[in-house]
Amino acid sequence: MSKRTVELELATPGVDAQGRAARVPLTAEAGPGLAEEHMLVNIGPQHPATHGVLRLVVELDGETVVRCIPHLGYLHSGFEKLGEYRHYNQIIPLTDRTDYLSPMANNVGFALAAEKLMGIEITPRCTVLRVIACEMSRIISHMVWLGTTSIDLGAFTPFLWAFQERERIYDLQEMWTGARLTTSLTRVGGLMADIPDTFVAKLREFTRTFPKTLAEIDRVLTRNAVWAGRTQGVGTLSAAEAINHSLSGPMLRASGVAYDVRKDKPYLGYETYDFDVIVGEHGDVFDRYLVRLEECHQSNRILQQALDRLPDGPINVDDPRVILPSKTRAMSDMEAMIFHFKQVMEGVKAPVGEAYVGIENPKGELGTYLVSDGTAKPVRWRIRPPSFINLSALPRMAEGHLLSDLIAINASVDIVMGEVDR
Amino acid sequence: MTTPVPGALRAEVARDGETIVFVAPDRLLEAMTWLKETPGQEFDYLVDVTAVEFRDRERPLEVVYFLRSLKRRADMRIKVELDAAGELAVDSVWSLWHGADWLEREVFDMFGITFRGHPDLRRILMWETYAEGYPLRKSFPLRGRFSRAEQVRQALNTNPEANYSLEELAIAEAAGDLPEDMRDRLRRGERGVIPDPPTTV
Repeated sequence: MSKRTVELELATPGVDAQGRAARVPLTAEAGPGLAEEHMLVNIGPQHPATHGVLRLVVELDGETVVRCIPHLGYLHSGFEKLGEYRHYNQIIPLTDRTDYLSPMANNVGFALAAEKLMGIEITPRCTVLRVIACEMSRIISHMVWLGTTSIDLGAFTPFLWAFQERERIYDLQEMWTGARLTTSLTRVGGLMADIPDTFVAKLREFTRTFPKTLAEIDRVLTRNAVWAGRTQGVGTLSAAEAINHSLSGPMLRASGVAYDVRKDKPYLGYETYDFDVIVGEHGDVFDRYLVRLEECHQSNRILQQALDRLPDGPINVDDPRVILPSKTRAMSDMEAMIFHFKQVMEGVKAPVGEAYVGIENPKGELGTYLVSDGTAKPVRWRIRPPSFINLSALPRMAEGHLLSDLIAINASVDIVMGEVDR
Repeated sequence: MTTPVPGALRAEVARDGETIVFVAPDRLLEAMTWLKETPGQEFDYLVDVTAVEFRDRERPLEVVYFLRSLKRRADMRIKVELDAAGELAVDSVWSLWHGADWLEREVFDMFGITFRGHPDLRRILMWETYAEGYPLRKSFPLRGRFSRAEQVRQALNTNPEANYSLEELAIAEAAGDLPEDMRDRLRRGERGVIPDPPTTV
């Protein structure tokens, strides 16, 4: 193979008429036949920039992506099938493992659907604690997204800051549930535990200092020429396309569609909190970054309001059919012991019917669809996986861009393979 | 609700308060087009597509569509009933909502329901040569149809080069670039026949 000369414009990388950074072609002149030859490049499943075991087969024309074919299923665990063989409360540990970057929010999503199916009203304290759980999840999930995406695009420092903040939330989760990742926080009709004594003070301390980190990340990234150059105008989706591709969450809002389940189909009393729905304008990677960054501020606001209004009282509903009696009562009271036995052995029976509850997870709308035939195990437990559906628009977004942009676009989808493959 | 959805058989209200409209299988596409395009309906957003099989073998399978109108902030659920003994096929709604692409592929992968008119109906979560059937069907045992030993044997005998579909090799004209022995192994594999390398000028 003969050597090809590479001609680079030595002027400073310029800006074209639209104000976007002009790309300097690395090969000034392709050899004969080289222009038509397409290359097949395999990325993943074991590749740090695919954020999990995602495999992309990419057809390249030079450096331009002509076609992108995602291959999924490397982490398929059959959660939905497993759920058909388990009691409702036994499914909750499975929900931890779907979107494992925001386990608490998944727990809440499942519990809400099961309660809707059974017609259970949860207590006011439980409602507020679940809001706290959801918003803490949103912050850690967005922090992981921000950290890993900035690493993908060559910025290392924000990663350390983001993971430091995430660690503080993980400490709080560990205080609350005893686990950092597999929290299994909720039970049908309540929670597995109330928050410990020092939790409120520690979370307040977090909400006080967290905006400072966000401001630092904002200062380092938002006006950074490299960051803007690699994200602006990349992977653009119009509002109509985003709707047509069923995108949800920050992906949908970055394209300018103001749909947030918390506002438009409120659950857990979100309509009583004061927060803004963050909407982007261009639907590119940069806008998705801005939306997620600003959502962290809004989550912080919600956390503060939730802490202010956190009522006293029980965390579980007073219903011996769904909530286990306390250990002391189960050991001393005949009635309580029978309920305990029946619940552990038979599970909680749900009436015949179906229920769908969508919640605003960090990745998008997490739907839980439960169908019951009157037994203690669901006939069908369907997860509407937000990152699976968001990822399905990846070929549409990536085709026509450069290979290095594919990494940025894939990162901007914010996938978690545990949820994509389930 | 009083909506005269074309092809509607009956309506129900789910336990979460949502309206479920059962539509005749052969009129699904007509009903969906009507729901998407009629002013006053405008269900422009497809939330989810899934299927339900009941433990009662007598009951038909259901394909469930969750629709949403972002404009009206309203939801609706459409169901199509398919007799498990008959042909498991419905029309694809991909032409209306591109979001149905992977969702329908997943239902096909997990339940074996065919979507007529889908542009690329392949397995999505299971691999293309998966031969044990459709995992979310009630007749499918939890641990799979094949024994552990058989599953391990198949996994060990998998041809690693067969991770690329012939289509992928063909689109990039990469089939001709493969070493001879690799191409031979691919030919003998389960992936069918490799196209001949493109004739170079």
